[in-house]
Amino acid sequence: MRVLHVLNVSKSFPGIRALDRVRLDVSGGTVHALVGENGAGKSTLMKIIAGLTQPDEGELLFKGRQFRPRNPHDALKAGIAMIPQELMPFRELTVAENIFVGHEPTLRFGWLDKNKMQREAARLLGQIGVPIPPTTRMKDLTVAQMQVVEIAKALAHNADLLIMDEPTSAISEREVETLFSIIGDLKRRGVSVIYVSHRLDEIFRISDAVTVLRDGQHVATRPITDTDRNTLITLMVGRDIEETVGPSATATGDVALELRGLTKRGKFTGVDLTLRQGEILGLAGLMGAGRTELAEAIFGLVRPDAGELRVRGRVVKIESPRDAIAHGIGMVTEDRHKFGLVHVMSVKHNITLAGLRGWWINRTVENAMADEQLRAYSIKVRDRNQLAGTLSGGNQQKVVLAKTLLPRPSILILDEPTRGIDIGSKAEMHAFVRELAREGMAVLLISSELPELLSLSTRLLVMRQGRIGAELDPRSVTQETVLRHAMPKER
Amino acid sequence: MKTWLSRFGLVVALLCIGAALSIVKPVFLTFPNLLNVVRQISINGILAVGVTYVLLTGGVDLSLGSVVALSGVVAAIFAHPGDWPVIVPVAAGVLVGAACGGINGLVVTKGRVAPFIVTLGMMTAARGVALVVSGGKPVSNLGESFRWIGSGGVPVIVFLAVSCVSWVLLSNLRLGRHLYAVGGNENAARASGINVEGVKLFAYTICGALAGLGGVVLAARITTGQPNAGVGYELDAIAAVVIGGTSLSGGVGGVGGTILGALLMGVINNGLDLLNVSSYYQAIVKGIIIVGAVWLDQRKEKS
Repeated sequence: MRVLHVLNVSKSFPGIRALDRVRLDVSGGTVHALVGENGAGKSTLMKIIAGLTQPDEGELLFKGRQFRPRNPHDALKAGIAMIPQELMPFRELTVAENIFVGHEPTLRFGWLDKNKMQREAARLLGQIGVPIPPTTRMKDLTVAQMQVVEIAKALAHNADLLIMDEPTSAISEREVETLFSIIGDLKRRGVSVIYVSHRLDEIFRISDAVTVLRDGQHVATRPITDTDRNTLITLMVGRDIEETVGPSATATGDVALELRGLTKRGKFTGVDLTLRQGEILGLAGLMGAGRTELAEAIFGLVRPDAGELRVRGRVVKIESPRDAIAHGIGMVTEDRHKFGLVHVMSVKHNITLAGLRGWWINRTVENAMADEQLRAYSIKVRDRNQLAGTLSGGNQQKVVLAKTLLPRPSILILDEPTRGIDIGSKAEMHAFVRELAREGMAVLLISSELPELLSLSTRLLVMRQGRIGAELDPRSVTQETVLRHAMPKER
Repeated sequence: MKTWLSRFGLVVALLCIGAALSIVKPVFLTFPNLLNVVRQISINGILAVGVTYVLLTGGVDLSLGSVVALSGVVAAIFAHPGDWPVIVPVAAGVLVGAACGGINGLVVTKGRVAPFIVTLGMMTAARGVALVVSGGKPVSNLGESFRWIGSGGVPVIVFLAVSCVSWVLLSNLRLGRHLYAVGGNENAARASGINVEGVKLFAYTICGALAGLGGVVLAARITTGQPNAGVGYELDAIAAVVIGGTSLSGGVGGVGGTILGALLMGVINNGLDLLNVSSYYQAIVKGIIIVGAVWLDQRKEKS
């Protein structure tokens, strides 16, 4: 019996087609795994099913009926609950209050029926087999316990379908076993689970079927007994390699940046790395592998706990981006809205933000600087006084690049520089990066797009669970090998 | 472009109200009355220009009124006839204000306490210090050269000077640009190498210093250092700034709007005075104008 039927669902964001006529069938009382690389469209698909976003076209049938949730509440009422990777509980409220938030049992005049709430909460948690006292405050629980509370919340709504996004990414091995036995129980009671994870060994343990997405498209759906680890990996990356211009110059110059044992507890451990002028050092890894945190530590946005950082041979202490910029380091951050742009300022003011010198702003000089950058990075604007927030994603990203390069850094860190931008801007970005390296810039490139990494990098490191796991040769290595090195080790 | 439009809207509002008033009450358009208007807004104007810095960074300063009282008292203590040259009481008042603002800024940046709370605390504490320093009594018997600061058009000249300097600072100095960046997106400002803490500290300090200057002018005008003066001044100052189009969330606005905001409040007050509207009703009108101006401004932003 099919409980959920997704038919030809598409969704576009400005400059990117996140889902392209995707289908998905989930049978009642089964665990259906959803796998794919970062950016394959898993999140978007889950969000559509859970009502967090709406599809542009396509159809959803839930328990045989047309289903179009406009918000998470609609989905929950219909019987679909989602447990996100980053749980967002009401930390100051109790377990029982969290389970019943939004549909609290009441007496007359809206008076809360706390007794019933606690009784019901205890019953649900008992059913799951994890008796957490219902009066505990949420903030005193472990992540695994919070997950259990989320599951109880789903049961309180009589959910028939549970979506779990990377549920094991933040919990211990023993807690994983508990979670799996809960999932087994849910199955026996006829609840279906959509299980999203990068950990293929888990998927082979608990799921009944698996669907692979790639670049927003449905690639394959197989019974789990019909496939194996290597087949899945091949299906996940199996796109045609883009025409690669091939890695740029291999001749490299002096050592620009050296890391020795750089450590940030819980994020990355003992990272050694050498970056030379004129090379593009690629950094591959899955989400949560610690790549962004490592880059932020180099740029002074995060303070490392231990280790040494050398710029052009000299040990330096970088405590803020100001220090980093003074040492000739520039960074284009992963989240351009949070760290890149001041949306309410003009394009001109954004471009010159890090490049102004002295006390007095000479407007003629500033205009000339801005115009030069606008031309050099072919940024399309009505005029330079246009607000940065009104530009398209690709142009915004080019503004951030232009801003970062204005103080003339010699080391450039790029964290997901082409995420969410259109194909044209992406190609331009690639050309800029190659050109910069040819001129001697030391580039550290973080990207979740393997073709991009393989075609741009002159050397390639793979990070896994906070450590540099492998150094690979981008000219000879395949995407499959990179992904295999990036996957978490078997537990 | 947008800020220019919102200022233009304010200018239109000012001209319309002015025209209406001069028809109903021709005395409005006489030189003595207009001078009266700018004299009455000059102290609020000085405070409003100061708090513009803080609001631009996305913060707030509620301690202005108490700082006005404290610096007025301190200035008055140094302003008895024949004691010190006039520069000493003026400097003392401004420095006391700057110190209050500096403490606000340090606790906000180093202590990471919300500006609302920090400056609320300063509002209470500075009032207490003013009462302690003055023994709870007004400090009178001030020298003639000190009283001159509050006489005739002098407060207006001080207000204009403060406005001009601030306008240049905010639009032409790198520091001014950094203020906008910090208020517009603190994370991006930090990632661009801006010393976010330093910029905020500067904003609170100069805001305090200008409150101190406002206190000096007020003490000179009422010829006493009044420990109970300035109650509620901070809210009038913030009202002028937001009427002038500066966003409470920071990053947008400027001194030009603040001056127009203060002028608009002054003209409306003056008009209601001329029309013999009781001060009780004036308070109601002022309240409506504060909310209405911001409401109109936001509607324009959305469209």
